[in-house]
This record gives sequence, C-alpha cells and structure tokens, in this order.
Amino acid sequence: MSRLSVSGLWKGYAGTAVLQGVELEVPAGSLTAVLGLSGCGKTTLLRVIAGFERAERGTVSLGERTLEDGRTYLAPERRSIGYVPQEGALFPHLSVRENVGFGLSRRERRGERVDALLEMVGIAPLAKRLPHELSGGEQQRVALARALARRPQALLLDEPFSSLDASLRSRVREEVHALLREQGVTTVLVTHDQEEALSLADIVAVLRDGRIVQQGAPAELYEQPADERLARFLGAVNVIDAQFEHGAARTALGTLTLRGASAGASAESDAGARTGADTGAGVVMVRPEQLDVQVCEDGAPASAAGVRGRVEQCRYYGHDALLHIRPEQPDGPAQPDGPARPGNAARPAGPAQPGDAAQPRDAELLLARVHGEQALPIGTRVAVAARGPVTALR
Amino acid sequence: MSTLAPSPPSTPSQPSARLAARWTRAWSGRRRWPLVGIAGATIAAALVLLPLAYLVVEAQRSGWGEVQRLLLRHSVAVLLWNTVRLALACTALCAVLGVAAAWCVERTTLPGRRLWAVALVLPLGVPDFVVGFGWVSIDPALHGYLAAVMIMTLALYPLVYLPVASALANLDAGLEEAARSLGLGPWQTFWRVTLRQIRPAVLGGCLLVTLALLAEYGAFEIVQYRTFTVEIYTEYKLGFDAVGACVLSLVLVALSVAALAGELTLTGRGRSGRPAGPGARRPAPRVALGRLSAPALAGLAALSGLALGVPVGSLAYWMARGSSSTLPSASILAAAGHTALYSAAAAALATALAVPVSALAIRHRNRATVLIERLAYLPMALPGVVIALGLVSFTVRYAFALYQSALELIVAYAVLFLPLAVVGVRSAMGQSSSRLEEVGRSLGARPSAVWRRVTLPLIAPGLGAAFALVFISSATELTATLLLHPTGVNTLATQFWAYTSELSYGAAAPYAALMVAISAVPAYLLSRRMSTLAHTERGA
Repeated sequence: MSRLSVSGLWKGYAGTAVLQGVELEVPAGSLTAVLGLSGCGKTTLLRVIAGFERAERGTVSLGERTLEDGRTYLAPERRSIGYVPQEGALFPHLSVRENVGFGLSRRERRGERVDALLEMVGIAPLAKRLPHELSGGEQQRVALARALARRPQALLLDEPFSSLDASLRSRVREEVHALLREQGVTTVLVTHDQEEALSLADIVAVLRDGRIVQQGAPAELYEQPADERLARFLGAVNVIDAQFEHGAARTALGTLTLRGASAGASAESDAGARTGADTGAGVVMVRPEQLDVQVCEDGAPASAAGVRGRVEQCRYYGHDALLHIRPEQPDGPAQPDGPARPGNAARPAGPAQPGDAAQPRDAELLLARVHGEQALPIGTRVAVAARGPVTALR
Repeated sequence: MSTLAPSPPSTPSQPSARLAARWTRAWSGRRRWPLVGIAGATIAAALVLLPLAYLVVEAQRSGWGEVQRLLLRHSVAVLLWNTVRLALACTALCAVLGVAAAWCVERTTLPGRRLWAVALVLPLGVPDFVVGFGWVSIDPALHGYLAAVMIMTLALYPLVYLPVASALANLDAGLEEAARSLGLGPWQTFWRVTLRQIRPAVLGGCLLVTLALLAEYGAFEIVQYRTFTVEIYTEYKLGFDAVGACVLSLVLVALSVAALAGELTLTGRGRSGRPAGPGARRPAPRVALGRLSAPALAGLAALSGLALGVPVGSLAYWMARGSSSTLPSASILAAAGHTALYSAAAAALATALAVPVSALAIRHRNRATVLIERLAYLPMALPGVVIALGLVSFTVRYAFALYQSALELIVAYAVLFLPLAVVGVRSAMGQSSSRLEEVGRSLGARPSAVWRRVTLPLIAPGLGAAFALVFISSATELTATLLLHPTGVNTLATQFWAYTSELSYGAAAPYAALMVAISAVPAYLLSRRMSTLAHTERGA
C-alpha cells in the first residue's frame, strides 16, 4: 500500500495539450475518484500513470519509487500498478481462470492464489468459461481479480461501471467498493458520473481543462465547490444574489449563515469561496434540497421569510421530486429600487419581501428538491425559504 | 503519433540532425517498436517496388525515343480498344448478374437459398483459364470478343456477388421502412435507398473484376483474344522483345491504376455512412416473389449451371474419356508436390511480410507506416505478368543466379498476393486491441511476452486465413508461373498449360481438376463463413 502522487504533469497529442500541469495526491489505501467530463483528459491521466503513455513534463511516484520524471521512465510491467480498463478488456482467447492468472508465474498459476482470487470476487463457478460467455458485471469482476492478482501497490479503474446497465451498475459498484475497502489497495477511479464519484470515493478530484480544479472529500466538494461551474457540475444548484455581513448572507430566501464563517475555510476552498470576513454584495449557492417549500392557501398571508411563487414544472423521480418554481412579482406598483442594489443592504433586517433584497438568477427559476410524496401539481402557489448554511461563490 | 515535446531548448543547427531527431521521436513516441518489425515492413515495401522500378529501367534502356515509338504503334491502339471494351462489357455484366443474384438469395423467399448461396460462390474456386478450357474443349469454335466476354463474366461475377450479398444481409430494415413511410414505392426504395447503401460493395466488386480482367492471360489465350497481358506475354516469351514487353506493361499498370482511381472517386462521392444513433439493427424483411419465383429460380440455375456446371462437367468428361495412355502418371504427383511447395513457401513469406506491415499501420500509425501499407496494396493493380517481368529484368541484370530459380517464383507469388495477406492479417490485428496488450503489460509481462501470449494467439486465425488465401491463389496462378518457373520443373498449372496447348484435353483435365479441388474447399469455407458472419451480426 503506497501513496500515489502526480505533480506538474503535461501531456498532449498533435499539438493539443490534454493534461496541463495535473497535481494529484492519492493517500495510501484511499479510493480517489477523478471526475471530469468526457474529453477532459481523465483517461490520458490514467494511461500516463500506468505507463502506457509518456508524459512530456512532470513526475509520477508511487510510495518511495519514482515511476516517471524527466529522466526516468519505468515500463508498465515494472510499475506494480493494476489497471482495469473500460469494458474489462479480458483476453478473449483465455478462460476466466487463465485471465486471472495471466500476471502470475507459472507455478502460482497452478496454485491456490487463483482460486482464492476467483472466490474473492465471487466467480469461482465460472472459472472455465470464456469471456464472451460472461455477463458485463461478471467480466468486470474478472478484470478486477486479474488486476489484483499480482498484489499491485496501486489500482487504476477507467470508468469501470459505465458499460453496465443502470440496475446492474449500482450492485457491481457496491461489490467492488466493498472489495477494495477490504483489500485496502490505493485506488484511482476515473468517472464522468458525479453521483458515482461522490457516493463511492473517499476523495474526489475534479479534472477540468487538463487541470485538477479541486480535490477533497465528497461532502466538501458538494457543499463548498471552488466555483460556480463546479457547483453546477456536481449537481443542481440555485445561485442567488446576496449581501454579506457578519458571517451571514442576506438573500431573498432569508438570512442564511455562511459556511466556513466561524472555522475558516479549508485550504482548497480558500481559492474560490468567500468567508464570513467579507462584506458587500455577491452570490451564494443554495442546493435544491436546502429549500423548504410550503403550499400557500390563496389569500393567506405570506410566511415570515422567503419568496412566493408558482410551481412551473415538477420532475418526479420516485424517491424525490425536483420542483421548478417561478417566483411571483409582488402585485401593485413595482418597487422603486431595483433588485440587488447595494443600497438595499442598508435596510433594517426583517422580513424580506419578494423582489426586495435580491432576486434569484437562473432565469428567475428556483429549483427545490422535495420528498416524492410531496410532489406538487403544476400551478400550485408556494412559499419558498432556504435553510443555511450556504456557500458563497466567486 | 509523435509526442508533443515542449519545444526543445536548443534547435539542432543542421537540418539533417533535426530530421533525425524528428524521426526518432516519431518512432519512439508511445511504444518503441522492435527493429525487426520496421525491417520487415521495409523489406515488404522494397519487394513491391522492385519489379515496378525495373520495369521502368528496362523500358527506357533503349532511350525514350524508342519508348515513344513502341507506344505509338498501331497495334497498341488495337490492344487498348480490345482491353477497354472487354473490361467495360464484362464489368457491367458482372455487376448486373452479381447484384441480381445477391438480391434473390438475400432478400427474397426463394426456396433453397442456402444452397444457392454456396453454388453461386463456388465458380470462384475454378481458375479462369480452366473455365476457358472447359468451354473451348467442348466447342472449339468459341473464340474472339463475345467468347471472352461470356467466359470472363461467368468466371468473375462472384467477385461482385460476394460483397453485395454480405452488404444486403447486413442492411438495416429501418432505412427501407423509413423510405416507405416517406412515400416511396418498392422500386423507388430499391433505387434510392437500397442500391445507395450497397453501392460501395458493388463498386468494390466491379474494381476486382476489372483488375482480374486486366491481369488475365490464360483464358484469353485459349479463346484467342488479344489483350495487353496476352500481348506482353507473347512479345516476351515468343518474340524475345523484353523492351517492348516492358513498355506495354507500363501501359497495363496505367490502366489498372486508372480503374483503381475510378473506383475511389465513385465511392468517395457516394459515401454511405453508418446510420447514426444506437439501437439494434433488424434484418430487412424478405420479399415473396410470387409468380416471378419460377423465372428467378431458372435464372439462378442457369447462372450457376453455366459458371460451375460447364467447366466441372467438361473436366469430368475429359477425365472419364481419358484412356490409359493419358492417365496421370507419377508426373502429376511431382507437379502437385512442386505446386504445394512453392505455394506454401510463398504463403509463409507473404504472411510473414504482412504481419509487420499491418501491425505498424494499426499500432503505430504515422506517415511512413501508412505509406508502407498503401504500397503493400499496390500489387492489386499489378498483373502477374508485370511483376514477373520486373523480377526477371532485375535478376537477369543483378542476380543472375536467381534467374528462373524457385526463390524468384516464390518471391513473385508473395509480392503478387501480398494484398490478400495484408487484408487477412489486418482484420485479425483489429481483433487484438492495443488495450489488451496494455493490460498484459500492466500485469507484468514484457513486450515480447505480450506478443507471444496475447497478440499472436489472437491473430492466429487471421494468419491462417491469410496463409490459405495466398496458398490457393499461388497454386492456381498461371501467368507468372509460366514466365518464372524453374527450367525443367513443372507445376500443376504449367503442366496443364502444356497439355492444353497441344490440345491434349484428356491429359490436361486431371491437372485442372486437382487445382479446382485445391481452391474449391476454401472457396466453400469462405462462403460458409460469410453467411455465418452475416447471421451472427444479425443476431447480435
């Protein structure tokens, strides 16, 4: 079990720089997910770490060993890094057993090691089958057993679950996760599926335009993304104008505490996030599940804080539902002050009126996640308020 | 696939040094390729270029004025007219017959379709000169243009039938259904959608037909029809006019290249992309012909009867009639032995050359490797007589010891059929993805071990197919064999030819029968494999 670290890695093809100074630290025994859109260089990064491609600049090291820097370059077979490519890439001419034993010496191949591996991933009864006789999930497990056979110091998984269909995917994912946890092998998993990255990994590193833009625990990334683009990439989000004062953000949805206001932001989030020390105007990020939605009876008075609006769309997912809420402009003459003027900040704190302190952006639509049974018909009038803490965005 | 070096600190001052640096970078990019591979591919390219180069050298030996005089002879115009009108008529007939037969077998509910599928391909296993022999031996009056057109059409239509049948079998029903739903009738759908889809297959088949026509010698000699190839052979072998033969050969090469270019431009314009989007293909539904069934069946029966029945029947007839005096003696065994030996050696050499060529072109694609791969396909456009002449001119001048040696014949076969080997090996290389080789490396196997344990087992079937294709083609090759076979050594083809020239049909027949037997088995297997391929693709 070793720590894998990558620093200042550059790599390009045909004049296009794909990796532009990647910095990645994978603590020993952790499962780190590299998350990025397709074409962002995820696979290239894995291939450089595995030694299939040479980097132009930068270093890769595993534990005490330098795998690659300006002078040294260790061939893939000498790196002790297991690699599970997309779709498994089992040797089609070899049986399951022969596939798993490929990396072992002749004697080991006949011994108990292969049986133990087959047992471990739960495919012992299939040992004599050929790869094309296996289901996608089974192939994936064989590929994993094959990569673990040589007890590698690190394991690389390239979108290992993307070729499986949805129902199978979550099951295989759980099994693989449990297995890796048990083996305690340092693992880098590459994926474009943010849900997969957040739910599976100890650490998530987001790769964008050939650079790691943020690296941290899943909750940290989700709650305190480095910038707005990243916030949107990791899930639906409401970006709302705010006034900052004394560690709180005053918004149309209420006055909300700011994350990191008291303890101070972590090193990573320092780059993008604002802390409570700031004052002035800006924006905050409110996740849809941080919104409370209440049905307003017609003619009933507005609730203490929040925005009134109408449900414009309801996306129902079963376990929950995502409401698109169009905020209502107050009846009567328009407010003399436009929304989100700095001058508004001087008003005494109190019940915020719609259109008063600040309007939500995003074409004025608010996204709210509610429980499945609370899905509301289109047109329902609602009052929306936010729960803190929220994160300020740059 | 050169690596993008972050601008070297100092640029080498000499251009040659810079070039060398670029060259090494190009080769050392991702994976360094063993020198053996590069050497093999280079040898393959050199062997292909050698005959062509010496053709040019030989042709202009007496000066360009002489070349001009030889080219502007009246007889050249006659040859050109003979060759072109034959090529046009035969290719058009093959296209019509091939497409019609393929449609009947793949898209209608005619009875006995699997049987037809085999019967229609089998004529491919009968060498063209044996087809000619079959017809002329039962009707000695057959000769001239029309005889040549008929015989070559019957011999070559499977070259269109095979690709078109597989294209039709893999056609997606969705396209035709969409056309029908957009208001097109069945005929309009066929013209505007179906034919459009199979166009590359039709054109590819037509190109093969044209190239085979340009290269054919034996069949035309039998029906006494003079094309370029016949004239080249005659001038060289009988007139001892090497320069004249070489000049005519260059014209022949130009014609082949023109056919190739024609096919390229036509296919390029009608590029049929794969239907976008995922979703399983459904096989297109078959048409019930109803009252037209009987004429269609009669047509298929006539076609396979004339193409397969007549040559095979006449061979059987001559063999049955053969008296004890013409019965094959030990000489047929010796001839068969020589044929097998030369063909096997050529097949091994061609396959061995094809491996580095396709491996480099697939795994290490850069300008040099792509050029080498294209060169390996060049012999498609080089008739056997051209390659043989080029090799002869080279050996006579620079390596007389090799002149009319077994080695020279083997090299000629290997060069001539290198494209077949490359096609076979290349498709097999595609089976073994570089991803698998990388996984092998990450599992601790060194490159040589990966080659032995992963790549080689995966491409072995392709190597086998390539070997078999070259073996069959060499065993039934006539033109180059006649020019190059070692003096005093006879193969099946040369012995057959010797007897046929003496009109000893009964003596010739067993030799032809043996050649047909050698090539019919793989032709049958090929058609079976095509149909299973089509079916598995449909099932998937």
